[in-house]
Formats: sequence, C-alpha cells, structure tokens
Amino acid sequence: MSDAAHAPDAHGHPAPPGGIMRWLTTTNHKDIGSLYLWFALIMLFAAGSMALLIRAELFQPGLQLVRPDFFNQLTTMHGLIMIFGVIMPAFTGFANWQVPLMLGAPDMAFPRMNNWSFWLLPVAAILLMSSFLLPGGAVAGGWTMYPPLFIQGGVSYDLTILAVHIMGLSSIMGSINIITTILNMRAPGIALMKMPLFVWTWLITAYLLIATMPVLAGAVTMLLADRNFGTHFFNAAGGGDPVMFQHIFWFFGHPEVYILILPAFGIVSQIIPTFSRKPLFGYASMVYATASIAILSFTVWAHHMFAVGMPVAAQLFFMLSTMLIAVPTGVKVFNWVATMWKGSLTFETPMLFAIAFVCLFTIGGFSGLVLAVAPVDIQLQDTYYVVAHFHYVLVSGALFSIFAGIYFWLPKWTGHMYDETLGKWHFWLSVVGMNIVFFPMHFLGLAGMPRRIPDYALQFTDFNQIATVGAFVFGFSQLVFLAVVLKAIKGGAKAPARVWEGAEGLEWTVPSPAPYHTFETVPAVK
Amino acid sequence: MGNARTLTKLVAATLGMFGFGFALVPFYYKICEVTGINSGDEQSLARNTQVDASRWVTLEFDANTNTALPWQFKPLQRSLRVHPGQLVQVEYEVTNSSNRAVVGQAVPSYGPARAAAYFKKIECFCFTPQTLAAGERRRMPVLFVLDPAMDREVHTVTLSYTFFDTGAKAQAAERREAAPHG
Repeated sequence: MSDAAHAPDAHGHPAPPGGIMRWLTTTNHKDIGSLYLWFALIMLFAAGSMALLIRAELFQPGLQLVRPDFFNQLTTMHGLIMIFGVIMPAFTGFANWQVPLMLGAPDMAFPRMNNWSFWLLPVAAILLMSSFLLPGGAVAGGWTMYPPLFIQGGVSYDLTILAVHIMGLSSIMGSINIITTILNMRAPGIALMKMPLFVWTWLITAYLLIATMPVLAGAVTMLLADRNFGTHFFNAAGGGDPVMFQHIFWFFGHPEVYILILPAFGIVSQIIPTFSRKPLFGYASMVYATASIAILSFTVWAHHMFAVGMPVAAQLFFMLSTMLIAVPTGVKVFNWVATMWKGSLTFETPMLFAIAFVCLFTIGGFSGLVLAVAPVDIQLQDTYYVVAHFHYVLVSGALFSIFAGIYFWLPKWTGHMYDETLGKWHFWLSVVGMNIVFFPMHFLGLAGMPRRIPDYALQFTDFNQIATVGAFVFGFSQLVFLAVVLKAIKGGAKAPARVWEGAEGLEWTVPSPAPYHTFETVPAVK
Repeated sequence: MGNARTLTKLVAATLGMFGFGFALVPFYYKICEVTGINSGDEQSLARNTQVDASRWVTLEFDANTNTALPWQFKPLQRSLRVHPGQLVQVEYEVTNSSNRAVVGQAVPSYGPARAAAYFKKIECFCFTPQTLAAGERRRMPVLFVLDPAMDREVHTVTLSYTFFDTGAKAQAAERREAAPHG
C-alpha cells in the first residue's frame, strides 16, 4: 500500500486501504452492501447447484445419482443456505446500500458493527459448507432442525447449530443498525410517514428479526445442550418433549417467512410507481398493512403443526388467524395493481420482475390459503404441494424482488446502465423456467408425492421430468444474470443521476455511481 | 448519543427475547397442564380398551336381611351410572345390633335375572361368611365389572343382597359333629 492510497480525498476522509484490506476493514455502507450482495450471489449459486442435483436425481424414479442420505443432506442444506445465506443477506445488502441513501444519512448508525455483521456471515458459511466433508456428511434432518433427528446426528449437526447462532447474531446486529439508522438519522423533513416504503418494510422487518432471532438462538442452544450436556429439553427418552421444539421453532419460523418477504414488498413498492409514473396508491394503507402482517405473524405459528396433533379449538384458532393475514396482503396486492391502473407503464427489466412478483407471489399466497385450512393441510402436509407453495413465495416472491431491485439500482451503484437485452433474456428464461419447475409440483402434491424423498412411485414420473427440465433452464439462466452484473460493473452506457424517468426519492439526487461518501451535508427535503 | 440509547434498548430487547425463548419451556408445560392438552396421549396409553364408552348402564343397589338375623344392612350408594367394562367399587355397611357375635353370609340376586351372567364380581363380602361381634359396625366393598357383552337393551341392573344367619346352621352342624355316634 502506497502513501497515495492513504491520501485524504476531497472531503478530508482518509482513503480506504487498497486490495483485500479495503473489504476486510471497510465501514462504508456501500462497500458492506456490496459485500452482502456478492455473498448472497455466491451462496445462490452454491445452494442452486444443490437444487439442480436434487432435481437431477428426481428426473427418474429409483436411485441414480446420489445415495438417499446424501439426498437428505442436499435438501436440508439447500433450505438452510437459501434462507440464511441468500435471501436474508441480499435484503440486508439492499438495506445497507439504500437506507442511508433514501434517508439522506451519511452512513449507517454503527459502521464498525456493520462490518462485524457482514464478516460473521462467511464464518458461518464455512462452518455450514465444511460439514459436507466431515464423517457422516452434512446435516440431513431438514432445515427446520426438528428433534429427534437433530439430537441424534453427528458432529456436523453441532457445526450447523453454531452456524445458525452466528448467522442469527449477524442479522440481529444488522437489524439494530438498520433500526437505529432509520429512527435517528433521517434528514430533517423526512417524517416516518414520508419514508420510502422500502425503508418502512425494513424497519418492520428489523423489529421482527430482533423479536424472533433470539428465540431461534434459544431453541438451537437447547438442541446443543441436549446433544452435548445431557439436558432433556426435547429428548423424549429423558422426559423432554420434541413437540415443544416445534412450537418454539415456529414461533421464530413464521415471523421469519415475513422477514423473507416484507423487504420484497418494499422493493416492489419502489419499482412499480417508478415505471407506472404515478405515486404509490394507498401509501398509508401499505404501511399499516405491513405492520399488521408483522403483528399477525406472531399468532399463526402452529399452522405448521396441524398434523402433529392439537385440540380442535387450537386448530380453528390457527387456521382462522392464518386466513386473516390474507386481508392485509390482499390490500398490498390491490394497491400495486391500483398503482399501475391508468399509469404510463414501461416494461424495463426491473418492472418485468416486479409485475411477475405480483402475479406469481399471489399464486403462492393462494396456495398458502389452501394449506391454512387444517383438514386440507393434514392431507397435503409434507407433499410437493407444500414445496410448490413456498417456492412460489420465496423464488417468484423474494428472489424475483431481489432481481428486480438489483436491476433497478444497479445503474445507481455502478454508474452504468445494465444490458437491457440480456436483462430481458434473464427475465423471460427465469419466469418461464421457474413456472415449469414449480407449477407441476402442485399436481404432484395433490396426487400425494411426499417431499424429501429421493425416489418416487412411477405415476409421478412425467411431472417430475418436466420440473427437472424447468429447473435446469431456471438454474442456468442465472448465469445470464451474473453476466449482466459483471458487464454493468465493467462498463456500459453512462447512467444519469436520475436513472429512471419516473424515479422519486433522495437516492436519485446523488450522481451515478453514488460517490463513496454521500450526504455529508444534510440534504434539504421539502 | 441518541444512537447509544437506541442501541441499549435494542440490545436489551434482544437479550429479553433470548430469555423469552427459554421461558417458553416452563410456559409450554404450564399451558399443557392447565388446558390438559398434552395429557391426551397419557389417557390414551392408560385407557382400558375394554370399556364400552358408547353406552351407560344405571346400577341400583339394594340390601335386605333375613328376619332371623338381628343386623342392619344398607348400601352406601343407592345408584350409579357406569359404562360396561368399567371397574366399579361400591360399599355396603352392616351393623350387628344384637349383644352377641353373629355369623352371616350374603346371597346376591340380580334384576333382570339375565344380567347375572354379565355381572363379574372380583371382590365381594358375599364370598365368605362374615362374623360380627356384638354391636360391631363394618363397611364392606364390592369390586366388579359389568361385562360389555351384556345385551344393549339392558339399561338398568339391580344388585340385591340378602344376609342370612349362617351361625345357627353352623352351630347345628357343630352340634351334630360333637354328638356321639356310638
């Protein structure tokens, strides 16, 4: 590192160190946002490869490629990594980049803690992934970590529990940072009810994380104690109750699914008004709907456990409270459609992904309503219908909103327009591929094909082959996405400060690419 | 400064929720106990599968003494509703109101008579002669099961005991044995 690298820049900041040290020591919200997003992309390819291996095995009935035990490791790790390694870090990356830019803040509230929040993640990822190499292989008990399997497994189960602790710590620190930034560092004039909706959804998400991540940490700590210290929280042989784990886990787990989707609502609520050239319809109702979804999410956890056994009164309560969530969610979908109504629509890639989000997430929402009906759920639980449902909300929901957001803000981050043609290729391949993979799974589930099994009865073959073909189309089309991102970083048409004609908000007042330090003087907000 | 306060609150909330996760354990067991939700499986383990819970039978209890016997004899319950197959225990009370020891034995009878074959007594004071000292009062149990195979048309079964003075007969027998036969 030369002296020049340490020379102060125009604003009197010491220049960041060069090379790898810049990234290891950075406290800059934009650097950390980029690190989160790159981490999520690498993990997307890792967990996506596992999904392709799963689909390849399921191309034919019988066992061809992998042993059943390894198949179980693949499904478990695919779930854990996609949730904790892809969707959550990607949204945190968006929050790091966009929350200070949207609020006119110079950086996050606790920059050094921000650095810690990110650098804990690769540690957790190494713990998780290295367990594939250990005797007995990686965890194979399902991403929900239910005992007794999670009490009985080998050393990789301990590593996974520690990895979950570390990832939980990381997202709690990230949430503390985001809440403090939003509450304390808004530019004067940005009242809470004037914040961009992306910021609102992240504020609520961060509170959900603080309320539930520690509960998950407690649950896996109890697992760890049952495994290593002779306690019997969940060990039935010692008087414990495995069903209690499911209650504690889903107390975390159901708010968690809203943690995975509320920031997606926020991103889509930024994009649809921009490309409709109209303000968001029903801003206040969007805020209240998001808050009520978050509050209701604490009252529905046992709908994941209908088949475990509970009194009819409890089934009715959890069934009805689950259906109640459809009301605020319906308000949101209505508002997005109403925003587009009579707007001057254009269909750039971010808008295409946002519209696909609205349509396909709604399909996932409806299959969720079907599963909310307790007697139907007892029939369909642990079938491919459930797999279809949560992939519609997590792939065409959360993941598509992440794609939409990347295309939307990439010109602001890199200073270059992305390749629109390649972007459209990526969109169409993804949306068609995704539907080919997951739509037939509804039929497989209704016909009774169980999930998490490497073999299946002959009559399920046709739909499984269709799904596998779709999976490979969808999987490999993500290489197009990688190409678009790399191309935009290297060069391309120069992006103006206000990248999109209909774009509103403070982030579009700074030049593209956004300078390393922004809003060092407080911006004026009318 | 403002940030430090927010940080303190959020860290406190995090630690509080971590504690809450553990507090869910006793909370869970308490809820199960209060609502009886989780005791369902215990009941199913211990439940006697021979019990026919689909019907009720009314049992009536009656007690008589033979006129030669100076005892007061009564059931401690007049009637009971039970499921066939259920293990039932009832008690009778008997008092010797005379000033000498008396030996008696109870003989059961059933109404309707066809219920008799299904009235399975496990323990009964009627199995053996009872000797009561002068003025003695005694409570005596009957433990029985009503066989679920009993006709569904039978809705009421009356169990009636009559105590007879067996002492006089026994003394007569003793006298006969003691008499010289040459």
